[in-house]
Amino acid sequence: MENNLKKVDIIFEIDDKCTPLDVVVKTLKRPADEIILDLIDSGLKGRGGAGFPTGLKWKFARNEDSDVKYVICNADEGEPGTFKDREILDRVPEKIFTGMAICGYVVGAKEGYIYLRGEYNFLLKPLTKKLEEYNLFLKKNNIDFNIYLKSGSGAYVCGEESALFESMEGKRGEPRNKPPYPTVAGYNSKPTVINNVETLVYTTMICRIGPEKFRELGTKDSRGSKVFSVSGDTPVPGIYELELGMPLHEFVNEFGDGDVKAVQVGGASGHCVPRKKFNDTIIGFEGIPTGGSMMIFNSSRSMYNVLHDYLEFFAEESCGQCTPCRVGCQQLLKGIEAVKKGERSPAYLDDLKKLTGTMKIAAKCGLGQSVGNPFNSIIDNFREEIIY
Amino acid sequence: MLTTEALVKELVEKNGKTRNSLMPVLQGIVQKEHYLSEEALLSVARELDLSAADVYGTASFYTFLDTVPRGKNIIRVCKTITCHMKGKDEVIKVLSNALKVKVGETTHDKKFTLLTANCLGWCHKGPVMLVNDEIYPDLTPQKALEIIEEYAKEEKKA
Repeated sequence: MENNLKKVDIIFEIDDKCTPLDVVVKTLKRPADEIILDLIDSGLKGRGGAGFPTGLKWKFARNEDSDVKYVICNADEGEPGTFKDREILDRVPEKIFTGMAICGYVVGAKEGYIYLRGEYNFLLKPLTKKLEEYNLFLKKNNIDFNIYLKSGSGAYVCGEESALFESMEGKRGEPRNKPPYPTVAGYNSKPTVINNVETLVYTTMICRIGPEKFRELGTKDSRGSKVFSVSGDTPVPGIYELELGMPLHEFVNEFGDGDVKAVQVGGASGHCVPRKKFNDTIIGFEGIPTGGSMMIFNSSRSMYNVLHDYLEFFAEESCGQCTPCRVGCQQLLKGIEAVKKGERSPAYLDDLKKLTGTMKIAAKCGLGQSVGNPFNSIIDNFREEIIY
Repeated sequence: MLTTEALVKELVEKNGKTRNSLMPVLQGIVQKEHYLSEEALLSVARELDLSAADVYGTASFYTFLDTVPRGKNIIRVCKTITCHMKGKDEVIKVLSNALKVKVGETTHDKKFTLLTANCLGWCHKGPVMLVNDEIYPDLTPQKALEIIEEYAKEEKKA
């Protein structure tokens, strides 16, 4: 079969003639509104998973009237199957810092924070050193922006932006009600831009290569490229930057082991796509969006074990604040165990599916709302494996 | 070694006497004392002028901010799906046998605590474990054992 999968080299590319330091100095000479227009033109959407247009986010924060604003880099990469941000933080941190500094200039913020998950504490030392050098560079160039490093302590839900602010404010990482959105009231209740690690790097690169080059990649609804974390039953696990909008079957041809049964797109909170749907599934905002996690399962894997693993994960990581999520996650887990043991009839699975519907509308944040994604896609496609 | 109270004072001094400093202060204590004792939590509450319940509430939320005694070396084996598929159970089994503890327990000599963790972000190199802040990818049961033996040796030297 022909393979059109396009590999891209933007995120990790190193150009000695135009370093991230050059980019920040050059870009900050341009009018802020022009930078926002470029970002909007580029079509860049958030790479953490939610996919909010980055240019608009910056514009909203810029339009807020406040003496104090913040830029936050969300490096609380906790979605199972995702490890691209760690690699970016390790290999091209200056590109992240530059994205933050440009954002600070555009929205009028003087402080930036990187919230690094506790599981990546081994990166604290090298990042601190590189940050010191970078902050010094900004100071020497009279750029009034300083970046600080904050560390998480092992809570998946803190990747949710408002929970992350709570954590930075010294509280339990419990998501807030929205609105107000972060661009209005985020960290310390001040206007805040919070972007994923990868998104910030793309802003740096769009400032360097121009929005047109970025737009050329991808599709109408999913512009540009994206870093994918590929794991599971694949001979070539690792990190790959690929053009968005690819059909899943092309991805499987490239990365599968020849015996692929299903791909979990978007991590534990994403969707499970069975083999029969590979041909008509697009990876992108018009199909299945993803923060980059692609977990491949071959025919030797039990999808009951996969779902059980995910539900155990959610039951543990639910912050417990709202009832639909706290109780829902536990009941889903107990429910599939009961069906497996024969204590409940297979029809009980349909009741559990209804419960995920309730969670979707009643849970406070994305965690509880998205548990139905893996649950329903696995139950619908591999029902017999859950029952027998 | 600093007393807990002195340590808390030092951390509050360094991070600032505000609620926003609570996480770095608690993290600093865990780094030195491996868990948050009642004494430490009360001392933080006093120094940051917060209620003890507030401090405990925050601490108990986070997996890495333990409020029960832990060993000097905390082992966290990733248990999420890809590490599961690549054999984390065998790694846990061999560590559990060698240390003579179950998951969640601490050795009698307080040198090691064996825990599991949710996705550590190394799915392409599983199974994987953290020992304190150090990461060990591409594990086999044998490799995991050797790593722990190294830590035990370091202990003897120290």
